[in-house]
Amino acid sequence: MEWDWGFVIEIMPTLLEGLKLTLIITLVAAVLAAGLGLMFAILRRSTNPLIARPVAFFLEFIRGTPLLVQLYFIFYVLPDLGIVLSPFVAGVTGMGLHYATYTAEVYRAGIENVARGQWEAARATNLNLRQTWVHVIVPQAIPPMIPALANYLIAMFKETPLLSAITVLELMNQAKSVANSSYRYIEPMTMVGALFLIISLISVVALRLLERRFGRMVK
Amino acid sequence: MVDWYGYLSLILQGAVVTAKLTLMGSAFALVMAFAAGLGRLAPVAPVRWLATIYIEFFRGTSVFVQLFWVYFVLPFAGITLSPLVAGVVVLGLNVGAYGAEVVRGAVLSVPKDQYEACVAVNLSRFQRMWHVILPQALPLMLPTFGNNAIELLKGTAVVSLISLSDMTFQAQVVRSQTGSTLIPFATILVLYFAMSLVISFAVRGLERRMTRGLDGVR
Repeated sequence: MEWDWGFVIEIMPTLLEGLKLTLIITLVAAVLAAGLGLMFAILRRSTNPLIARPVAFFLEFIRGTPLLVQLYFIFYVLPDLGIVLSPFVAGVTGMGLHYATYTAEVYRAGIENVARGQWEAARATNLNLRQTWVHVIVPQAIPPMIPALANYLIAMFKETPLLSAITVLELMNQAKSVANSSYRYIEPMTMVGALFLIISLISVVALRLLERRFGRMVK
Repeated sequence: MVDWYGYLSLILQGAVVTAKLTLMGSAFALVMAFAAGLGRLAPVAPVRWLATIYIEFFRGTSVFVQLFWVYFVLPFAGITLSPLVAGVVVLGLNVGAYGAEVVRGAVLSVPKDQYEACVAVNLSRFQRMWHVILPQALPLMLPTFGNNAIELLKGTAVVSLISLSDMTFQAQVVRSQTGSTLIPFATILVLYFAMSLVISFAVRGLERRMTRGLDGVR
Protein backbone atom coordinates (compact mmCIF):
# COMPACT_ATOMS: atom_id res chain seq x y z
CA MET A 1 0.00 0.00 0.00
CA GLU A 2 1.29 3.43 -0.94
CA TRP A 3 1.41 6.56 1.14
CA ASP A 4 -1.46 8.87 0.12
CA TRP A 5 -1.14 12.57 0.96
CA GLY A 6 -4.74 13.25 -0.08
CA PHE A 7 -5.93 10.84 2.59
CA VAL A 8 -3.65 12.48 5.15
CA ILE A 9 -5.24 15.88 4.47
CA GLU A 10 -8.67 14.32 4.60
CA ILE A 11 -8.15 12.79 8.07
CA MET A 12 -6.21 15.73 9.54
CA PRO A 13 -9.27 17.54 11.01
CA THR A 14 -10.32 14.36 12.85
CA LEU A 15 -6.81 13.83 14.18
CA LEU A 16 -6.49 17.45 15.29
CA GLU A 17 -9.81 17.08 17.11
CA GLY A 18 -8.26 14.14 18.96
CA LEU A 19 -5.06 16.07 19.58
CA LYS A 20 -7.06 18.86 21.22
CA LEU A 21 -8.63 16.39 23.65
CA THR A 22 -5.21 14.81 24.25
CA LEU A 23 -3.80 18.18 25.26
CA ILE A 24 -6.77 18.97 27.53
CA ILE A 25 -6.41 15.57 29.23
CA THR A 26 -2.70 16.13 29.70
CA LEU A 27 -3.19 19.54 31.31
CA VAL A 28 -6.03 18.52 33.65
CA ALA A 29 -4.23 15.33 34.70
CA ALA A 30 -1.00 17.29 35.20
CA VAL A 31 -2.68 19.78 37.52
CA LEU A 32 -4.14 16.84 39.45
CA ALA A 33 -0.75 15.08 39.59
CA ALA A 34 1.02 18.24 40.76
CA GLY A 35 -1.50 18.86 43.55
CA LEU A 36 -1.93 15.27 44.72
CA GLY A 37 1.81 14.66 44.52
CA LEU A 38 2.56 17.49 46.91
CA MET A 39 -0.10 16.19 49.28
CA PHE A 40 1.36 12.66 49.16
CA ALA A 41 4.88 13.97 49.70
CA ILE A 42 3.83 15.92 52.80
CA LEU A 43 1.70 13.09 54.21
CA ARG A 44 4.56 10.67 53.72
CA ARG A 45 6.75 12.83 55.92
CA SER A 46 4.15 12.82 58.68
CA THR A 47 5.59 11.90 62.08
CA ASN A 48 2.52 9.73 62.68
CA PRO A 49 3.42 6.25 61.36
CA LEU A 50 -0.28 5.47 60.96
CA ILE A 51 -0.34 8.09 58.19
CA ALA A 52 3.20 7.81 56.79
CA ARG A 53 3.27 4.01 56.43
CA PRO A 54 0.02 3.48 54.49
CA VAL A 55 0.81 6.44 52.24
CA ALA A 56 4.26 5.03 51.51
CA PHE A 57 2.77 1.63 50.68
CA PHE A 58 0.08 3.18 48.51
CA LEU A 59 2.71 5.13 46.55
CA GLU A 60 4.84 1.98 46.08
CA PHE A 61 1.82 0.01 44.95
CA ILE A 62 0.62 2.54 42.38
CA ARG A 63 4.15 2.94 41.03
CA GLY A 64 4.62 -0.83 40.76
CA THR A 65 1.50 -1.55 38.72
CA PRO A 66 0.62 -0.59 35.12
CA LEU A 67 -1.38 2.55 34.42
CA LEU A 68 -3.51 0.61 31.94
CA VAL A 69 -4.68 -1.81 34.62
CA GLN A 70 -5.37 1.06 37.01
CA LEU A 71 -7.48 2.70 34.32
CA TYR A 72 -9.42 -0.53 33.84
CA PHE A 73 -9.86 -0.73 37.59
CA ILE A 74 -11.30 2.78 37.79
CA PHE A 75 -13.40 2.34 34.68
CA TYR A 76 -14.80 -1.15 35.26
CA VAL A 77 -14.63 -1.85 39.01
CA LEU A 78 -15.75 1.45 40.53
CA PRO A 79 -19.17 1.42 38.77
CA ASP A 80 -19.89 -1.91 40.51
CA LEU A 81 -19.23 -0.15 43.79
CA GLY A 82 -21.67 2.58 42.85
CA ILE A 83 -19.23 5.17 41.52
CA VAL A 84 -19.91 5.80 37.84
CA LEU A 85 -17.37 8.03 36.10
CA SER A 86 -17.39 9.19 32.51
CA PRO A 87 -14.44 7.88 30.45
CA PHE A 88 -12.87 11.33 30.49
CA VAL A 89 -13.10 11.71 34.28
CA ALA A 90 -11.93 8.12 34.84
CA GLY A 91 -8.97 8.65 32.52
CA VAL A 92 -7.91 11.95 34.00
CA THR A 93 -8.26 10.62 37.55
CA GLY A 94 -6.26 7.50 36.76
CA MET A 95 -3.49 9.39 35.06
CA GLY A 96 -3.39 12.13 37.67
CA LEU A 97 -3.18 9.58 40.45
CA HIS A 98 -0.53 7.48 38.72
CA TYR A 99 1.75 10.41 38.01
CA ALA A 100 1.11 11.93 41.45
CA THR A 101 3.16 9.04 42.84
CA TYR A 102 6.04 10.12 40.60
CA THR A 103 5.73 13.84 41.35
CA ALA A 104 5.55 12.97 45.05
CA GLU A 105 9.06 11.55 44.69
CA VAL A 106 10.21 14.77 42.99
CA TYR A 107 8.72 16.90 45.76
CA ARG A 108 10.36 14.66 48.36
CA ALA A 109 13.77 15.36 46.85
CA GLY A 110 12.94 19.08 46.78
CA ILE A 111 11.79 19.08 50.39
CA GLU A 112 14.89 17.20 51.54
CA ASN A 113 17.05 19.78 49.80
CA VAL A 114 15.69 22.56 51.99
CA ALA A 115 18.36 23.23 54.60
CA ARG A 116 17.72 21.97 58.13
CA GLY A 117 18.27 25.45 59.45
CA GLN A 118 15.07 26.56 57.74
CA TRP A 119 13.04 24.10 59.80
CA GLU A 120 14.82 25.22 62.96
CA ALA A 121 14.33 28.89 62.12
CA ALA A 122 10.62 28.28 61.53
CA ARG A 123 10.37 26.64 64.90
CA ALA A 124 12.40 29.43 66.54
CA THR A 125 9.99 32.04 65.21
CA ASN A 126 7.11 30.00 66.60
CA LEU A 127 5.45 29.14 63.27
CA ASN A 128 3.01 26.26 63.47
CA LEU A 129 3.27 23.23 61.18
CA ARG A 130 0.94 24.63 58.52
CA GLN A 131 2.71 27.99 58.46
CA THR A 132 6.10 26.27 58.23
CA TRP A 133 5.01 24.28 55.17
CA VAL A 134 3.14 27.08 53.41
CA HIS A 135 5.49 30.00 54.05
CA VAL A 136 8.93 28.44 54.47
CA ILE A 137 9.39 24.93 53.08
CA VAL A 138 7.18 24.72 49.97
CA PRO A 139 8.25 28.07 48.44
CA GLN A 140 11.88 26.93 48.64
CA ALA A 141 11.33 23.29 47.72
CA ILE A 142 9.36 23.68 44.51
CA PRO A 143 11.18 26.09 42.14
CA PRO A 144 14.33 23.93 41.75
CA MET A 145 12.07 20.98 40.99
CA ILE A 146 10.11 22.63 38.17
CA PRO A 147 12.21 21.09 35.35
CA ALA A 148 11.79 17.62 36.86
CA LEU A 149 8.05 18.18 37.18
CA ALA A 150 7.86 19.37 33.57
CA ASN A 151 9.59 16.15 32.57
CA TYR A 152 6.65 14.21 33.93
CA LEU A 153 4.28 16.53 32.07
CA ILE A 154 5.89 15.33 28.83
CA ALA A 155 5.73 11.73 30.06
CA MET A 156 2.01 12.15 30.75
CA PHE A 157 1.42 13.60 27.31
CA LYS A 158 2.98 10.52 25.76
CA GLU A 159 0.90 8.15 27.90
CA THR A 160 -2.47 9.64 26.94
CA PRO A 161 -3.00 7.06 24.13
CA LEU A 162 -3.66 4.53 26.92
CA LEU A 163 -6.94 6.32 27.53
CA SER A 164 -8.19 5.04 24.19
CA ALA A 165 -8.49 1.66 25.92
CA ILE A 166 -11.26 3.05 28.10
CA THR A 167 -13.01 4.62 25.09
CA VAL A 168 -11.80 8.21 25.48
CA LEU A 169 -11.77 9.72 21.98
CA GLU A 170 -8.28 11.18 22.12
CA LEU A 171 -5.75 11.28 19.27
CA MET A 172 -4.96 7.56 19.22
CA ASN A 173 -8.60 6.52 19.34
CA GLN A 174 -9.54 8.93 16.54
CA ALA A 175 -6.75 7.45 14.46
CA LYS A 176 -7.89 3.92 15.24
CA SER A 177 -11.48 4.65 14.27
CA VAL A 178 -10.36 6.32 11.05
CA ALA A 179 -8.14 3.31 10.33
CA ASN A 180 -10.89 0.82 11.07
CA SER A 181 -13.46 2.51 8.86
CA SER A 182 -11.12 3.07 5.92
CA TYR A 183 -8.91 -0.04 6.28
CA ARG A 184 -5.87 2.20 5.92
CA TYR A 185 -3.48 1.99 8.82
CA ILE A 186 -0.32 3.55 7.41
CA GLU A 187 -1.39 7.20 7.31
CA PRO A 188 -3.37 7.50 10.58
CA MET A 189 -0.87 5.56 12.70
CA THR A 190 2.14 7.29 11.21
CA MET A 191 0.54 10.71 11.62
CA VAL A 192 -0.20 9.96 15.28
CA GLY A 193 3.44 9.02 15.79
CA ALA A 194 4.60 12.14 13.96
CA LEU A 195 2.29 14.45 15.92
CA PHE A 196 3.47 12.97 19.21
CA LEU A 197 7.09 13.23 18.17
CA ILE A 198 6.74 16.86 17.04
CA ILE A 199 5.04 17.99 20.23
CA SER A 200 7.46 16.00 22.39
CA LEU A 201 10.47 17.53 20.66
CA ILE A 202 9.05 21.05 21.07
CA SER A 203 8.40 20.32 24.76
CA VAL A 204 11.95 19.07 25.20
CA VAL A 205 13.26 22.39 23.89
CA ALA A 206 10.89 24.24 26.25
CA LEU A 207 12.17 22.05 29.05
CA ARG A 208 15.77 23.07 28.34
CA LEU A 209 14.71 26.71 28.66
CA LEU A 210 12.97 25.95 31.95
CA GLU A 211 16.11 24.22 33.19
CA ARG A 212 18.21 27.26 32.33
CA ARG A 213 15.74 29.58 34.03
CA PHE A 214 15.21 27.63 37.24
CA GLY A 215 18.47 25.71 37.33
CA ARG A 216 20.26 28.97 38.06
CA MET A 217 18.11 29.66 41.10
CA VAL A 218 19.39 26.56 42.83
CA LYS A 219 22.95 27.80 42.92
CA MET B 1 -21.03 -21.26 41.23
CA VAL B 2 -18.40 -19.69 39.04
CA ASP B 3 -15.33 -21.77 38.37
CA TRP B 4 -12.80 -19.43 40.02
CA TYR B 5 -10.08 -22.04 39.90
CA GLY B 6 -10.26 -22.18 36.11
CA TYR B 7 -10.21 -18.42 35.83
CA LEU B 8 -7.30 -18.10 38.22
CA SER B 9 -5.26 -20.53 36.14
CA LEU B 10 -6.12 -18.43 33.08
CA ILE B 11 -4.71 -15.36 34.80
CA LEU B 12 -1.63 -17.29 35.88
CA GLN B 13 -1.05 -18.35 32.27
CA GLY B 14 -1.15 -14.66 31.46
CA ALA B 15 1.32 -13.99 34.26
CA VAL B 16 3.77 -16.38 32.61
CA VAL B 17 3.44 -14.45 29.33
CA THR B 18 3.97 -11.17 31.18
CA ALA B 19 7.06 -12.53 32.93
CA LYS B 20 8.45 -13.86 29.66
CA LEU B 21 7.88 -10.54 27.92
CA THR B 22 9.53 -8.67 30.79
CA LEU B 23 12.60 -10.91 30.79
CA MET B 24 13.13 -10.93 27.02
CA GLY B 25 12.31 -7.25 26.74
CA SER B 26 14.78 -6.38 29.51
CA ALA B 27 17.52 -8.45 27.92
CA PHE B 28 16.98 -6.70 24.59
CA ALA B 29 16.73 -3.30 26.30
CA LEU B 30 20.04 -3.92 28.06
CA VAL B 31 21.79 -4.64 24.77
CA MET B 32 20.26 -1.53 23.15
CA ALA B 33 21.09 0.62 26.18
CA PHE B 34 24.79 -0.26 26.00
CA ALA B 35 24.92 -0.06 22.22
CA ALA B 36 23.27 3.37 22.09
CA GLY B 37 24.76 4.70 25.32
CA LEU B 38 28.33 3.88 24.28
CA GLY B 39 27.41 4.88 20.72
CA ARG B 40 26.69 8.40 21.91
CA LEU B 41 30.20 8.55 23.31
CA ALA B 42 31.82 7.09 20.20
CA PRO B 43 34.67 8.98 18.53
CA VAL B 44 32.99 8.56 15.12
CA ALA B 45 30.42 11.32 14.50
CA PRO B 46 27.88 9.32 12.39
CA VAL B 47 27.67 6.69 15.13
CA ARG B 48 26.91 9.44 17.64
CA TRP B 49 24.19 10.89 15.39
CA LEU B 50 22.61 7.50 14.84
CA ALA B 51 22.52 6.82 18.57
CA THR B 52 21.06 10.27 19.27
CA ILE B 53 18.33 9.87 16.65
CA TYR B 54 17.43 6.45 18.04
CA ILE B 55 17.25 7.75 21.62
CA GLU B 56 15.26 10.89 20.82
CA PHE B 57 12.86 9.03 18.57
CA PHE B 58 11.97 6.33 21.06
CA ARG B 59 11.79 8.69 24.00
CA GLY B 60 9.66 11.14 22.04
CA THR B 61 6.74 8.80 21.39
CA SER B 62 5.05 6.37 23.71
CA VAL B 63 5.24 2.58 23.81
CA PHE B 64 1.60 2.47 22.80
CA VAL B 65 2.05 4.39 19.55
CA GLN B 66 5.24 2.51 18.69
CA LEU B 67 3.58 -0.82 19.31
CA PHE B 68 0.58 -0.02 17.14
CA TRP B 69 2.82 1.28 14.43
CA VAL B 70 4.97 -1.83 14.41
CA TYR B 71 1.99 -4.14 14.59
CA PHE B 72 -0.33 -2.45 12.09
CA VAL B 73 1.89 -0.46 9.72
CA LEU B 74 4.99 -2.64 9.29
CA PRO B 75 2.97 -5.50 7.73
CA PHE B 76 2.30 -3.17 4.79
CA ALA B 77 6.04 -2.90 4.35
CA GLY B 78 6.19 -6.69 4.27
CA ILE B 79 7.39 -7.15 7.85
CA THR B 80 4.87 -9.15 9.85
CA LEU B 81 5.75 -9.76 13.48
CA SER B 82 3.86 -11.97 15.89
CA PRO B 83 2.39 -10.04 18.85
CA LEU B 84 5.03 -11.50 21.17
CA VAL B 85 7.94 -10.51 18.94
CA ALA B 86 6.43 -7.07 18.31
CA GLY B 87 6.03 -6.61 22.07
CA VAL B 88 9.60 -7.64 22.88
CA VAL B 89 11.07 -5.52 20.09
CA VAL B 90 9.08 -2.39 20.92
CA LEU B 91 9.49 -2.63 24.69
CA GLY B 92 13.18 -3.41 24.30
CA LEU B 93 13.80 -0.53 21.92
CA ASN B 94 11.76 1.88 24.03
CA VAL B 95 13.25 1.08 27.41
CA GLY B 96 16.67 0.68 25.80
CA ALA B 97 16.48 4.33 24.74
CA TYR B 98 15.93 5.39 28.35
CA GLY B 99 18.67 3.03 29.51
CA ALA B 100 21.11 4.50 26.98
CA GLU B 101 21.01 7.83 28.80
CA VAL B 102 21.74 6.00 32.05
CA VAL B 103 24.75 4.25 30.52
CA ARG B 104 26.06 7.50 29.10
CA GLY B 105 25.60 9.36 32.39
CA ALA B 106 27.31 6.62 34.43
CA VAL B 107 30.27 6.31 32.07
CA LEU B 108 30.75 10.08 32.06
CA SER B 109 30.61 10.22 35.84
CA VAL B 110 33.74 8.08 36.20
CA PRO B 111 36.44 10.60 37.18
CA LYS B 112 38.75 11.86 34.48
CA ASP B 113 41.95 10.74 36.22
CA GLN B 114 40.81 7.15 35.68
CA TYR B 115 41.02 7.74 31.93
CA GLU B 116 44.38 9.43 32.30
CA ALA B 117 45.69 6.55 34.38
CA CYS B 118 44.63 4.13 31.62
CA VAL B 119 46.51 6.15 29.04
CA ALA B 120 49.51 6.23 31.36
CA VAL B 121 49.62 2.43 31.69
CA ASN B 122 49.07 2.07 27.93
CA LEU B 123 45.71 0.26 27.93
CA SER B 124 43.84 0.00 24.63
CA ARG B 125 40.41 1.66 24.27
CA PHE B 126 38.70 -1.69 24.77
CA GLN B 127 40.78 -2.61 27.82
CA ARG B 128 40.13 0.81 29.31
CA MET B 129 36.36 0.41 28.93
CA TRP B 130 36.21 -3.23 29.96
CA HIS B 131 38.62 -3.37 32.90
CA VAL B 132 38.51 0.14 34.32
CA ILE B 133 35.52 2.28 33.34
CA LEU B 134 32.62 -0.20 33.18
CA PRO B 135 33.33 -1.94 36.52
CA GLN B 136 33.06 1.46 38.17
CA ALA B 137 30.13 2.70 36.10
CA LEU B 138 27.95 -0.43 36.43
CA PRO B 139 27.05 -0.03 40.11
CA LEU B 140 25.91 3.52 39.31
CA MET B 141 23.63 2.27 36.54
CA LEU B 142 22.03 -0.58 38.48
CA PRO B 143 19.42 1.28 40.58
CA THR B 144 18.09 3.13 37.53
CA PHE B 145 18.16 -0.06 35.47
CA GLY B 146 15.98 -1.60 38.18
CA ASN B 147 13.48 1.23 37.80
CA ASN B 148 13.61 0.85 34.03
CA ALA B 149 12.89 -2.88 34.33
CA ILE B 150 9.82 -2.06 36.43
CA GLU B 151 8.73 0.48 33.81
CA LEU B 152 9.11 -2.27 31.22
CA LEU B 153 7.04 -4.66 33.31
CA LYS B 154 4.33 -2.02 33.46
CA GLY B 155 4.67 -1.42 29.74
CA THR B 156 3.86 -5.06 29.02
CA ALA B 157 0.21 -4.39 29.93
CA VAL B 158 -0.07 -2.41 26.71
CA VAL B 159 0.59 -5.47 24.53
CA SER B 160 -2.78 -6.84 25.64
CA LEU B 161 -4.19 -4.25 23.22
CA ILE B 162 -2.57 -6.01 20.24
CA SER B 163 -4.22 -9.24 21.40
CA LEU B 164 -1.25 -10.87 23.09
CA SER B 165 -2.71 -12.94 25.92
CA ASP B 166 -0.76 -11.47 28.81
CA MET B 167 -2.09 -10.96 32.34
CA THR B 168 -4.14 -7.85 31.50
CA PHE B 169 -5.65 -9.55 28.47
CA GLN B 170 -6.66 -12.59 30.53
CA ALA B 171 -8.21 -10.34 33.17
CA GLN B 172 -10.34 -8.78 30.44
CA VAL B 173 -11.34 -12.27 29.29
CA VAL B 174 -12.37 -13.19 32.83
CA ARG B 175 -14.27 -9.92 33.14
CA SER B 176 -16.22 -10.48 29.95
CA GLN B 177 -17.02 -14.09 30.81
CA THR B 178 -18.03 -13.71 34.43
CA GLY B 179 -19.15 -10.09 34.61
CA SER B 180 -17.07 -9.82 37.77
CA THR B 181 -14.74 -6.86 37.71
CA LEU B 182 -13.20 -6.56 41.15
CA ILE B 183 -11.70 -10.04 41.42
CA PRO B 184 -9.78 -10.24 38.10
CA PHE B 185 -8.45 -6.69 38.24
CA ALA B 186 -7.55 -6.78 41.93
CA THR B 187 -5.78 -10.11 41.35
CA ILE B 188 -3.64 -8.85 38.52
CA LEU B 189 -2.83 -5.59 40.33
CA VAL B 190 -1.45 -7.65 43.21
CA LEU B 191 0.45 -9.93 40.82
CA TYR B 192 1.99 -6.97 38.98
CA PHE B 193 3.01 -5.45 42.28
CA ALA B 194 4.55 -8.74 43.40
CA MET B 195 6.56 -8.92 40.18
CA SER B 196 7.83 -5.37 40.59
CA LEU B 197 8.89 -6.21 44.16
CA VAL B 198 10.80 -9.23 42.85
CA ILE B 199 12.61 -6.99 40.37
CA SER B 200 13.57 -4.40 42.96
CA PHE B 201 14.83 -7.07 45.40
CA ALA B 202 16.83 -8.77 42.66
CA VAL B 203 18.43 -5.49 41.62
CA ARG B 204 19.27 -4.60 45.20
CA GLY B 205 20.93 -8.00 45.68
CA LEU B 206 22.88 -7.57 42.47
CA GLU B 207 23.98 -4.13 43.58
CA ARG B 208 25.37 -5.50 46.84
CA ARG B 209 27.31 -8.16 44.94
CA MET B 210 28.80 -5.72 42.47
CA THR B 211 29.89 -3.12 44.98
CA ARG B 212 31.47 -5.73 47.24
CA GLY B 213 34.99 -5.27 45.92
CA LEU B 214 34.68 -1.52 45.51
CA ASP B 215 34.82 -0.44 49.17
CA GLY B 216 37.23 2.41 49.58
CA VAL B 217 37.45 3.02 45.85
CA ARG B 218 34.60 5.49 45.82
